[in-house]
Order: sequence, then C-alpha cells, then structure tokens
Amino acid sequence: MSLLATTPFLPMKLEFLPRLPQMLVEVIFHRLGAPEWLVSIAGFIVAASTVVGVFMGGFALLSLVERKTLARIQNRIGPNRAGWFGILQPVADGIKMLTKEDIVPAKAEWLLHLAAPILIVIPSILALGVIPYGREWTPVPLELGLLFFFSVGALTELSVFMAGWASGSKFPMLGAMRAISQMVSYELPLIISALGVVMVSGTLSLPVIVDKQAGFHLGFIPAWNLFTPWGLVAGLVFYIAAIAEANRCPFDLPEGESEIVAGHMTEYSGFKYALFFMGEYLGLFAISGLGITLFLGGWQAPLPGLGFVPSWIWFFAKLAVVIMSFLWIRGTFPRVRIDQLMRFAWLCLIPMALLTLPAAAIWHFAGRGLLGWVTTVPLLLIPWVIITVIYNRRLSPSTRIYRFADS
Amino acid sequence: MSMEDQTSIKRLPPLSQWSLPGLGLLKGLVVTGKNMVQSFYREDRMTTVQYPEERAPISPNFRNFPFLVYDNDDSLAGLRCVACSICEKECPPQCIYIVLERDENGKSLKRPKIFDIDVSVCMNCGICAEVCPFDAIYMDGEYELSTDNRFEGLLFHRERLAKSAAYHAKLRPEQAAEVEARRKAEEEKKLAAQAAKEAKAKADKEAKDKAAAETEQKGESA
Repeated sequence: MSLLATTPFLPMKLEFLPRLPQMLVEVIFHRLGAPEWLVSIAGFIVAASTVVGVFMGGFALLSLVERKTLARIQNRIGPNRAGWFGILQPVADGIKMLTKEDIVPAKAEWLLHLAAPILIVIPSILALGVIPYGREWTPVPLELGLLFFFSVGALTELSVFMAGWASGSKFPMLGAMRAISQMVSYELPLIISALGVVMVSGTLSLPVIVDKQAGFHLGFIPAWNLFTPWGLVAGLVFYIAAIAEANRCPFDLPEGESEIVAGHMTEYSGFKYALFFMGEYLGLFAISGLGITLFLGGWQAPLPGLGFVPSWIWFFAKLAVVIMSFLWIRGTFPRVRIDQLMRFAWLCLIPMALLTLPAAAIWHFAGRGLLGWVTTVPLLLIPWVIITVIYNRRLSPSTRIYRFADS
Repeated sequence: MSMEDQTSIKRLPPLSQWSLPGLGLLKGLVVTGKNMVQSFYREDRMTTVQYPEERAPISPNFRNFPFLVYDNDDSLAGLRCVACSICEKECPPQCIYIVLERDENGKSLKRPKIFDIDVSVCMNCGICAEVCPFDAIYMDGEYELSTDNRFEGLLFHRERLAKSAAYHAKLRPEQAAEVEARRKAEEEKKLAAQAAKEAKAKADKEAKDKAAAETEQKGESA
C-alpha cells in the first residue's frame, strides 16, 4: 500500500490497478488481525478471481469479435441484432446455452460425461495463473512457471479423451482419437521451441524470462527473443504448434464438423457444451499469453519512451494482436487432412524446433551479437533449403515408352 | 502399374521456375485481409440487405399471385373486371371463384359480386392475366403473405385483391404503360364511334324531320 501512495505519476498508479482488489483484501485481513497464512490465501483467491474474471470477460468479447471478424472477412455484417452492434450477443448466447436441455446419452458413462467439461476448464484457468501480465501483476509467481504451464496444459488431452470415451458414441470417440494424436504430436514442437528460451534465459520462471527481454538493440529494436535468429524460428514453430494445441483452424480436426459432427463435443448440449467452448478459448488465451511471454517480451513496451504506459496494457495489446492473427488465419485457410497434419508435425516442425536448440546455444556462446547471427543463420536455414527443394520437385516422366504404338 | 509410371521421376525445374514454399499461404492471407479491410469502406463489398428494415428491389419479371386492377379512386366500383368468368374457366388449378352481380330485375351489372382467389391452390402460372380481355387481372409482386390461418387467411376476397392502376404502374411500369396506351386508344375510338353515331343519328333525325316536314307541306299543298 505504501508503494501505491508514494508513486508520483498517475499511469504509474494504474500499474497497480489489477492488483488493487488483492491488496485491499490483504490490508483488510491484516487489520482484522488474521494470521499471515490466511492473509496470503485470501490474497491468492482474490488474485485468481481477478484473472478468471478478466478472461471470462475476454471470452465473451472474443466470441463476438471472432464472429464479427469472420463475417467481415467473408464480406458479411455479422451479429448486429442484440444490442448496439451486437454487443449483447454473448449475453444472448449465454442465456440460450443455460436454458437448453442437458442431454446425457443412454450409453454414456454419466460421471465421466459430467466430469469432462469441468476438467477441461480447470487446466486452462490454472495455466492462466502463472503468466506475468504486468510488471507488478503475476497472480502466482512460481519458480517453475513454464514447467507448471506445460504439465497443467497436458491435462486438457485427458479431459478431451474423457469426453470422447464417456459419450459412448462413434463420432466423439473418433474426435477424441484425433485430438489425442494431434495434441501429443504438437506438444513436442511446442515444448522444444520453448526450450531455447529457457536455455538462453537460464530460468523456468516466467517473470524472470520477461525481465531478461528488457532493453533495446540499436536504440529501437526491442530485445525480445523473437528478434534473434533462433527466436524467429522457434517463435514460428511455437505459433503453429499453439494453433494446433488450441484446436484452431486450420488444425481443428478434433471437431471437424463436416466429417465427425463436433468431435468429442458431439454428445454434449447446453451448458456443458458452453464449458467446452470456454475451456477452448481460455486455453487459447493461455497459450497466446505464454507465447507473448516467451517470444514477444511479455509486458515490455515495444518502443523506447513508451514505458510510462502501464505494463499490463502492453500485454493485453499484444494478446489482442496475436488473437486477431488467429482469427485471420481461421478466416483464410481450409482444414488440413489428418495425415498432412501428422507429417507436418513430425517431419517439419520437430526437426526445425530441434535445430533451434544448438542455434540458441551457439548464439549464447557467440556473444549474442553479430557473430551469433552469422553462425546461427546458416544452421537454421538448412531445413528451409531442404523444404524448398522438396517443394519445387516436379513429377516428370523421363522417357515416354509407347509399348503398343511402336510395334 | 504401367511402365510409364516406373520410369517417371521427381525432377527439379530450372532455378528460374522455383517458388518459395508458403508463398501461396501469404497470398491467401492478403486476399482475406483485403476483404476484411475493404468491407468497411467499399459499398460493393457489402451486399447484405438488412431485410426487415430494407428490401431488395424486385424485378419486373417477378410475379406472385394475381391482383385486380381498378381505375379512379373507388376500389370496388372502379374494378375493370366485368365478371366474364374467362379466367375462372382457364385457371388450371381452378382457384378462382366468381359470382356476377345482378340488380333486382336479374339484369347483369357487369361487375363481380364475389371474386375469390384461393392462393393456397394458385400455382402462379399467370394464365388468368394472359387471357383477360379487359386488362383487369395481373400478377402481383407481393411476397410477404404469411398468415396464422391457413384457410381464411389464404382465401383472398375482392377487397384484398383490388389494387389501383397506379400500383400496377409502379410495379411493372412498361406493361402498365402499354396497357394504359391501348386502353386510352380504345376509349378514344369508342368516343369517336359514339360521336359519329350520335352525329349520324342527329343527321338521320334531321333528314327525317325534313322529310316529314316536306310531306306535311305536300299534304298541305295538296
């Protein structure tokens, strides 16, 4: 509290705005004479509620923005009936979902069927807890934040398979099988591409990783991990793998509606179905937030001299840009086939991600400067050259043999 | 597998014909990005018509259920229909029902007492409009006809069917203008014929009077 009172400048005070509820509760509990452990637990609960509240609002907003953006990409108008410019559409959707009949198939394992939608939301919320949103705002500043994030994120696969298995029907089962194969395959490049950041930063703590990306090269290029040779490749691999992890188009095979109805969500209705969507969108926020933390400098300002703006505003601005790019991709590319998806992961992304590890090491020992660029760029270009050559090969008959015409 | 397939191999084209992988993806992104941005300021991008508030203009060739044309202001007295029942007889699904109006002496008043069209039966063929020799029935352009009563609500009486000549002119300007010109010419011809008849009758009468007067004079003189 004393920090809040002595900070001179209004934007600097705004820096603490998201933590204000937590601080207030802690102060009140302290005044009431509560023991220290109770104060910190109450603080954590309020901090977690803040994050959940912010991202529930973000989920509602995104469900509208997504429909609007996709509509514009297809030269339509999009929802515009509920409220001003359709601003009440998420409310209408929510009421609709809540009042729908909850159907449980006769052959379903009812307990697992009930547990799956709940368990799919929890990991996403847990993962959101460790991300540093601002200079002073990391809800749970864990030492092993990155490890926690990935281990919690792996729980999503379990609940997806739980939903597919418990529904007792063929489409959910097929969707769940697809989801498992896809998520396991894409988790590898996702984690490997994040490893380079860990190697260079020397820590698994997400706030520290952001701190290490402070400063600017040449006075205006931010010192984010994206603007290094290995970071560029690892960032791209992370981006693609994140799309697949979040089950977004063009990798939305688990719920490919033209083939398997809605995948693992086929047998769900009403609020359980809404929970699946909520889990999906919260997972999208979480993975985008992690990508921003690892490669886009977290809450760091993109240009020098902009440091006076509260840091969490920069984080959410970057989040908005990343999410918009996901929407753009969704509005552009058709869904890939399952064999293309697997081949892309194992033959393309994983080798590329693996190459960023030696590149990051060389970059570190070459002094992180010009020498680092000169030595790592050729290494990283190897897969690109191979891909280009394979891509440009044409099938051509060498000599045409007319077996019947020549006789 | 044939021999051709076995001998075909994958070859690299000359370097000038190479392209970069992923270029097509970027092109696709540019296309959708253009769509997205231009939809905010280019009118021709947004073709959506916000239906209940605005309506797309209907083509003059659009036709949907017949209506009866009336001249002047009175929608029932001004009906062009003379209840000749040609349309009733021609109608393939027989959805028209006409009763001629008569005065107390049983003399025809040349207008319908009942003119009903069952639009749940009507098949929009337009034969009634084609056969009508009095330009009294034409196909309408109305399409918002939903009703909560499928019997009474879909049986159109003459009050509902009667629509002004001005409405016809607005709906199908070309056809209405042609009909109007033809009717005017007929009217003038009729008037001229009547005038000629009257003139002839007058002349006849005068001649008769003259002859009578002459015979009278003759009689007097005789």
